[in-house]
Order: sequence, then structure tokens, then C-alpha cells
Amino acid sequence: MTDTARRASGLVLPTFRPDPDGTHPPLDYPGYKSTALRHPKRPLVPLPHGLTETTAPVFGEDRVTEADADLTQGHAEEPQGQRIIVYGQVLEDDRRPVPNTLVEVWQANAGGRYRHDGDQHPAPLDPNFSGGGRCLTDAEGRFRFITIQPGAYPWGNHHNAWRPAHIHFSVFGRAFVQRLVTQMYFPGDPLFFQDPIFNSVPDAAARERMICRFDLEQTVPEWALAYQFDIVLRGADATPMEDDH
Amino acid sequence: MPTTPSQTVGPFFAIELPYGDGPYVVAEGTAGAVWLRGRVLDGDGAPVPDALVESWQADPGGRFGGDFRGFGRSGTDDEGRWAILTLKPGPVPAGSDAAAQAPHGGLDEQARATLVAQPSADGYELDIHLQGPHETTFFAV
Repeated sequence: MTDTARRASGLVLPTFRPDPDGTHPPLDYPGYKSTALRHPKRPLVPLPHGLTETTAPVFGEDRVTEADADLTQGHAEEPQGQRIIVYGQVLEDDRRPVPNTLVEVWQANAGGRYRHDGDQHPAPLDPNFSGGGRCLTDAEGRFRFITIQPGAYPWGNHHNAWRPAHIHFSVFGRAFVQRLVTQMYFPGDPLFFQDPIFNSVPDAAARERMICRFDLEQTVPEWALAYQFDIVLRGADATPMEDDH
Repeated sequence: MPTTPSQTVGPFFAIELPYGDGPYVVAEGTAGAVWLRGRVLDGDGAPVPDALVESWQADPGGRFGGDFRGFGRSGTDDEGRWAILTLKPGPVPAGSDAAAQAPHGGLDEQARATLVAQPSADGYELDIHLQGPHETTFFAV
């Protein structure tokens, strides 16, 4: 849709800024084997941002309970592992918070094992840990999960490959073009250098933005450590660019 | 401020993301509901058993928001199959009739054909080819 067409329709739609080059992994990344047969080879077709791209699903409070943000609850006992708080804010690149958006997380247990049939490596399952959580951000875009520190785990991508400890995040934002699936890593992990998934992000500074920050202020004495992880989504120009001069 | 990079959804999202009514944009029995079904296939034509398919659409009146959730989510099974129960969307308002609901207008016939679902017994079918001679047309948004 051209800007002229936007005006003619009476619609005022935001146009979301592209992420800088090097922010996202290429669709084909030889180091991550399973991308080889799973990436499109034809060039992507640019799509202007219409209504479908600039809206997003709204998940009501009825679908998400407060208990969903505490991964250590809901079982007979507490899970094994180091209890941690993971908190942060979902923001747009101009620091505008994204309120009331769904944040979902999933992770391995303290021994690095997922509760999934596809993970059969010899680490124990924890009957008291399922590994999934969700919450809606508040009016300032804030979220807060209680969970346990996930373990590193081996995978078959290359000889002696190990994933650094991480928590998967899925965020919707206020427009479908803001949809983000990412992973949060922990500071100082010795496994970064050999992990093709972490290193598939071309820009070194961008990779650092996937690493959370230890936050002593937010720890709870005698109870839990705390990490801060802010998630920044592409923002939009407040009004569409118009050439009405 | 600079944006957060994306990372693979990985093979183990199934522990959390496919929540119970994910494939049901509308409840079973809703008047006019259709099943959108298909497979996700890789460059060898092999099924992708660990794909996540999400859908987002307007309601039959071409509107977003309101009571119609508009969002569907399905994992794939061992044969790469996904399924979403929904209502057929109406045309979405845009700048002109030509642009309404036809962002694919600028595509050549072959590229457009990869995006057109075919009628089936209980709705529509669309296979998603990540690669290969029938590669689905993907958009940069």
C-alpha cells in the first residue's frame, strides 16, 4: 500500500522500523545443521504493513493466571535446582513499554533435561518441574517469573556439542511484525564460544543483548537469586511517512 | 535502543507452547467453521515434525479485535501435519480495492499459487514447503 493509498482509505497505519543488519540469524546458518533443508532459497518478498501486520492477538486475563508465572509451583514438591527470579520489561526501540502482552517461557530442568520425548539424554527428569510458564506484561510492560536455573545440555549438532544454559522466550508485542521468539542466556557462560545457535547472530553487540544481567538488588535474601532481561522489539513511526508537500 | 535478536524455537517448544485450544481459533461446532490443514515439508520433501504454525487473521467482516481471537497455533505431528479450526476472513480494508486483501497481487502466478489453499472435505488445505521446487512464498515484513 502506498502512503497515498493509506490516506485515501482513511487508515492511519504505523510502519515498523526494520531491525539493523546483523540483529537476527540468517535463515541458512551452516553451523546449525537443521537450517540446511529448512530455509527458503527464494528471496523473501517485501510486504507493506497493512492491518494484518500492525495488529496482534490480545490474550485476556482469563487465559493467564498468576500461578503460571511461577514454574516452581504446581507439583507435589519444589523442583531441584537454584531458585531464580527472572524479571524484565518488554519495550519498543524508543523505550515505549509494551503493556498487556503475552510472554511465554520454556526451559530444561536443573540437570539440563527437557520434559519432552525428543530429549532422551541420560540426565534425570524432575517430577516437580515441567519447565513452562507464561504471564501478561503489566501497564509498564513488566514481567516476572520464578523458576530454577536451567542446566546446560548436550545435543547432536556436532561432536561434543553443548547448549549454554538458556530460557526460551516467546513475545507477541502489539503488532504481528513484532513477534519475537528468542533465548535468554546467563552471564559468563563458558559454552558460548562453541554454540552455533548463540553465534548465529552476526553482530557481537546484539549477541550480548541475549544475556541477562545478575541483579543483586532484586534477589530475595535466603530465598532466590535474580536476573534482569529486558526485551526490545522494533518500534513504529508514530505517524506514517507522508509526502503530502 | 537496539532490538533483541531472535533465536530458533528449538525442538522442545512442545512442552509449553501448544496449549490446549491453540488450534481452535473458534470452538468446534461454530457455524461456518473450517479446518485449515496442511503439512510442513523440508527441502527433501520430508515432513518437519517439530514445526510451529501460527495464524493471524481478520474476522469474517474483515475486522481485528473484538470477540474474535483471530489467533491459532498448531504444532506438527510425525508426518509434519498441522491443523487450525477457524472462520474464513473477510476482506481487510486497505487503501484501494486492488490492495484490499491482495498483498499477493504483485507476485507472479507460480509464487502466488504456493499461497492459495485448496478446498478439502472439511475446509482448506495448504502445504508449506520450506524449500524445493514448490517452495512457499515467504514475505519480509
